[in-house]
This record gives sequence, C-alpha cells and structure tokens, in this order.
Amino acid sequence: DTSLAEVNSFSPSLPISPSSMINQYKFEDEPELRDLFITVDDPESHITAIETFITYRVVTKTSRGEFDSSEYEVRRRYQDFLWLKSKLEEAHPTLIIPPLPEKFIMKGMVERFNDEFIETRRKALHKFLNRIADHPTLTFNEDFKIFLTAQAWELSSHKKQGPGLLSRMGQTVRAVASSVRGGVKNRPEMFTEMNDYMETFSQKINVLDKIAHRIYKEEREYFNEMKEYGPIHTLWSASEEDIADSLKGVASCIDKCCKATEKRMAGLSENLLPILHEYVLYSEILMGVLKRRDQIQGELDSRIDALSNKKTEKDLFSEEIGKLEDKVECANNALKADWDRWKQNMQYDMRSTFTNVAENNLRYYEE
Amino acid sequence: MEDCLAKKMEITVSEAEKRTGRNAMNMQETYTAYLIETRAVESQGEGQCAPMDSLWRRYSEFELLRNYLSVTYPHIVVPPLPEKRADFVWHKLSADNMDPDFVERRRIGLENFLLRVASHPVLCQDKIFYSFLTQEGGWKEMVNETGFQLKADSRLKALNATFRVKNPDKRFTELKHYSDELQSVISHLLRVRARVADRLYGVYKVHGNYGRVFRYAASIDDILEEEEHYADQLKEYLFYAEALRAVCRKHELMQYDLEMAAQDLTSKKQQCEELATGTVRTFSLKGMTSKLFGQETPEQREAKIKVLEEQIQEGEEQLKSKNLEGRDFVKSAWADIERFKEQKNHDLKEALISYAVMQISMCKKGIQVWTNAKECFSKM
Repeated sequence: DTSLAEVNSFSPSLPISPSSMINQYKFEDEPELRDLFITVDDPESHITAIETFITYRVVTKTSRGEFDSSEYEVRRRYQDFLWLKSKLEEAHPTLIIPPLPEKFIMKGMVERFNDEFIETRRKALHKFLNRIADHPTLTFNEDFKIFLTAQAWELSSHKKQGPGLLSRMGQTVRAVASSVRGGVKNRPEMFTEMNDYMETFSQKINVLDKIAHRIYKEEREYFNEMKEYGPIHTLWSASEEDIADSLKGVASCIDKCCKATEKRMAGLSENLLPILHEYVLYSEILMGVLKRRDQIQGELDSRIDALSNKKTEKDLFSEEIGKLEDKVECANNALKADWDRWKQNMQYDMRSTFTNVAENNLRYYEE
Repeated sequence: MEDCLAKKMEITVSEAEKRTGRNAMNMQETYTAYLIETRAVESQGEGQCAPMDSLWRRYSEFELLRNYLSVTYPHIVVPPLPEKRADFVWHKLSADNMDPDFVERRRIGLENFLLRVASHPVLCQDKIFYSFLTQEGGWKEMVNETGFQLKADSRLKALNATFRVKNPDKRFTELKHYSDELQSVISHLLRVRARVADRLYGVYKVHGNYGRVFRYAASIDDILEEEEHYADQLKEYLFYAEALRAVCRKHELMQYDLEMAAQDLTSKKQQCEELATGTVRTFSLKGMTSKLFGQETPEQREAKIKVLEEQIQEGEEQLKSKNLEGRDFVKSAWADIERFKEQKNHDLKEALISYAVMQISMCKKGIQVWTNAKECFSKM
C-alpha cells in the first residue's frame, strides 16, 4: 500500500503542529544562520557514443552534523535534477517545490548547447537548489542530501531504489480518477480561496510575461535602428562648416542614448524576464500542489464514505482513516505554511524586480 | 531687407477646407483649399488694426506661383513648398493626402513658404506674388500671361549642359556637390528617423499594456507629434537642396551657352581667315568639296567674307553681353547663396536645439512616470 510508504517517507523532523513549523521557518530564513551553501557552476559538455550532455559542478559547504564532511563537490546533469524534483514531489506532495528550468525552450534556441542557454539554465539550477536549501522542510530531505553528496555511481544505484515506474503510474491513475470523480466536497474555504487566487495570479503573470518579452523585443529593434541614427549626423557634419559641431554633438548624444538603451535591455533580460518566467512556472506548480491536496482529501473522503457503508471492516478502516486524516491535516498545514512563505517570497521578489526595472528606467532617462 | 513685405504685412494660412469640384478633364475631384489671410501692419502701434483680407488657394496654385518665381529669378534660391505627397511615413502616420494631420502640417508648411518668400529681399517685391496674396480672381490668367513657361529651360538642355560644360565657376561645382551631399544625408536621416520613431512608438505601446495589469498610464502621443515637426524642418532643407541644385544648373546652362557661343565665334573667325588668306588650315568639308569641284569665284568669296564678318560682329557683341550676363548671374546668385547659407545654419541650429529640448522633456516625463511606478512597487 503505497499510501503507507508515503507516510514513511516524510522526513523524520516533520513537526506535528503548524506553530512549530512557523517557528522553524522564521529561524531558517535568517541569512546569518544559514548552514548550507550551494553553488552551481562550471558547465562541461560530455560526449559519448549515444549522446552529448552537459554536467554542472555542484559545490556544497555545510556545518550540519548529519553531513559527514563539511565540503562536497559533485557533477550533476539535468536528468539528475529532474530526478530530485520528482522525489521531492513524491515525498511532499503538498509542499511547494521550486521550479526547474524547462527541458527545451521552444522558440528562439535552435542549438541545445548554445552558450546563452547553458548560462541561463545554470543560473536557474543554482536558484533551484538554493531555494530547496532555504526551505525549512525540504532542506532536510534525504534524497536532497544524497543529491548533494553522492558520487556519480552512488547516485545511480540510489536512483534505482524506491518506488519504480509502475507505482508512479499508479499514482497518476489515481490522480486522474479523483479528478474524474469531480471536485472535492469538503474542501476547506481557505483552499478554495487559494485556488481562486492562483487562477487570477496565473492569468496575470502569464500576461506580464508576454508583455515583458514583447517589450524586450521592441527595445531590441529600437536599439538596432538607433545604431544607424547617430552616425548619419556625423556624416552630415562632414559636409557642413558652421553647424558641424552641433551635428557632431547630436551624434554623440544619440550614441549615449544607444548605450543607455543597451543597459536597459540587459537589465530586463537579466532580472525581470527570468523572474517572471519563474513565477509562471511557479503558478503551474502551485496549481499542481492544490490538485494533489484535493486528491489526498478525496481519498480520505472516499474512505469515510466507504466506512459509512461497510460497517463490518470498521476497525481496519478506522485505522486507515485515522492515518489519512493525519495525512490530510499535515498536508493542509504544510501547504498553508508554505503558501504564506511563498507569497512573502514572491512579493519580495516582485517588489525588488520591479523596483529594479523602475530604477533602470530612471537611470536610462537620466542618462 | 528692411523693405521686405513680411515687415509690412501679416500673412497667415489659417484654415484648410475639403472641397469638391471639376477639374480640367471635367471629372469630379476632391481637393483641399487653404485660406490665406493678410493684414497690413500699421506702423502706429495698437488701436488701429487694418481689415483682414482673405482668399482661398489650393496647392496647385502654390505650385504655379513657385514655378513662376523659379523661372523668373533663376539666380535666387527659391524657398521650397511642403511635400506634395507624404514621404518618410512611419506606421502611425498615414500616407493619405486627406488625412487631417497631413493637411494640418501642410498648412503650416504653406504658411512658412509664404513667409519665406515675403522676407526675401528680391522675391517679396514681385507683383505676381503680391497678387497671389491679394487678388482672388484672374490670378492664374495673369501668371500665364507673363509667358514665363516659355522662358523655362528644358530639362534635357540642362542635363546636356551639365555634362558638356568645360569651365564652370569652381564655387558652383562645390555648391553642387554640397547640395547633393545634403540631399542624400538628409533623406537618409529622415528614413532612419522614421524607423526609429516607429520602433519607439512600438516600445511605448507595449508598455501601455502594463496598464491592464498595473493600472498606470503613460501618454506618448503628443511627444510623437513634436517629432514630426522636427522632421518637417529637416524636410524643408531637403527640398532647399533641390532649389540649390536648380541655381547650379542655371549657371551651368549659362556657362555652357557662353562656351558654345565663344566656340562658335572662334570657328567663324577661323573660317573668315581661311577664306581671306586662301589657306586651308584645318580640314573642312567645304574645303574638300571646293578642291574637288573647283574654287569659288572671288566675288563669291567676298560675299561670304562679308556675311561672316557681320556674323562675327554680332557674335562678339553677343558674347560680350553673355559674358556680362554670366558675371551678373554669378554675382547675384552668389549673394543669395550666402544669404541662404546663413539662413540655413541658423534654422538648422535652432531645429537641432529644439529637438534636443524635446528629447529632454520626454526623458523628464519618463522619469516622472517611473518614479511614480517605483513608489507603487515599493508598496506592493
């Protein structure tokens, strides 16, 4: 019964009450008290007979007791990150797991190993691991620890353990079944609100993302045209005498504007665009989390219904139900706490990003 | 300059109106008519204001006026008219001649044209110009009666002269090069400017989409209007370059004429000499035929010499007067060109300055908008 397995794979330090969770999360977010530092860098490409792929170096420095040493350096490829994410999702279905960069980018990139693409991915992977490290619960996840510390062969053998493909398929089937059952009857108010909020948020963030991309595109075209504009004035000044200086002045001003535009564009592509993209992914993740929560509750509800119909196997069921109820409560609490945290983080990110954009624009105009 | 018309008379093109009428081929057409208002400026300050005279003219009549002036005063750099059709458009502007913005800009351009002519020391005294401003009916006939079209030089003749002239005044050659460069640089600049404006408009429009999410607005339409004004100022000098070329062409024509006349004279003199002395210095068909078919009688030769001597006399006088004409032309043309140069430098400097000022104000607006946005964001 995989539901039991899921309960067991909750990490041992899962607190029971929401309040202790909040304490922990406040504690963990103090930057001075961080005890796990991770960097992702140094992409390298590996060519084998079958495929070519990129590995990234993951360096971990920690002072935690449960780690055998204080420094680790390993090489991981994108597939390994995918594995980690799916393990975390399995273990904590109602926690908000940070987004991974996408497998492919549909538009624009032709080469998978374009330098820009690799760099963008590297940054995103770095953020991914650090967000997990900052998460009060996920940071203590066993698979996470293995990911950070195991050598390549150790990791492969560990990967082979645990619920295999079939059980994962079983989960998916159940998920589909519960959604076919049509909604959840006893969904607490709070989660309905969350759901509504997420739908609106998802809409808006997608719009923002599109807008930001279009702005970037237009700016780039503007910049391209501007590049020609300045030199014409210089050319003109060559034919003139009296107004040559004025024309040269205009030319140099236009060139300055060009440079300022370039800076603004760089600001956009480095700050705003990636963050908006992340939150687009986040909105999808959150919708997934809410669904899973609903699914768990659905299970509980169906069992309760079954119980009310089959009075004979009461005892067996009530134990199951008890466990499920716990599970649901934990799930709910986890989600609640995480949600608050996520929201705070999100607002902070948004605030700083947009302030950044505003400042960039100010600088642009001032120049 | 003190006596120019502009000082004595206030001229405005105040309105534009769409009209329909029948054209020369009796087909219905729509055109725009412009109201020209003039008022004499009283030298006694306030109080007495002379009555306003007004009449309507359409673009083709302006064209007629300008053609007349160009032909009648070939040594003057005649101010250009605003464009007939909208060129250098970018996507927000329409290329439609009936578009109200285009009509408005053309109205301003026509007023500018009239003011420039009125402030020109020579052109402002022209009677046809004066009647253009004051006499509604019968003006067209008056212009045609001057027969100016006959005086116009054919384009072909001018082209021919450009290629075959041997000794044009060096200053004119330089001027010709300058006006070519000016034309090419300004048209290039206008084209790029149009593209830049297009893109900038695109950037602002997409930013406007933020309004849907954040509820803050940015207005950019008025800024882009001012950009157009700058473009119009540049366009005027683009067309002025053409007027400069016209003066150069006239010089080339005159010079070529002169050279041809001189050449003609020289060859006639040579012929005369040959006939008189009986020596054939250069090969000529006449010489050959006379050798083949026998010499002429002395009387025939005498008659020929007489005719030639008369022609030479005429030719020399013509040459003298042409020379004089040429020198006069060069002198007066050059004076006007100097005047034009000063005007151009002054105008272009001002145009560049006002463009810079406009850019600064646009940036200031941008700063304001984003400072507000920043405040909003920090409260998120």
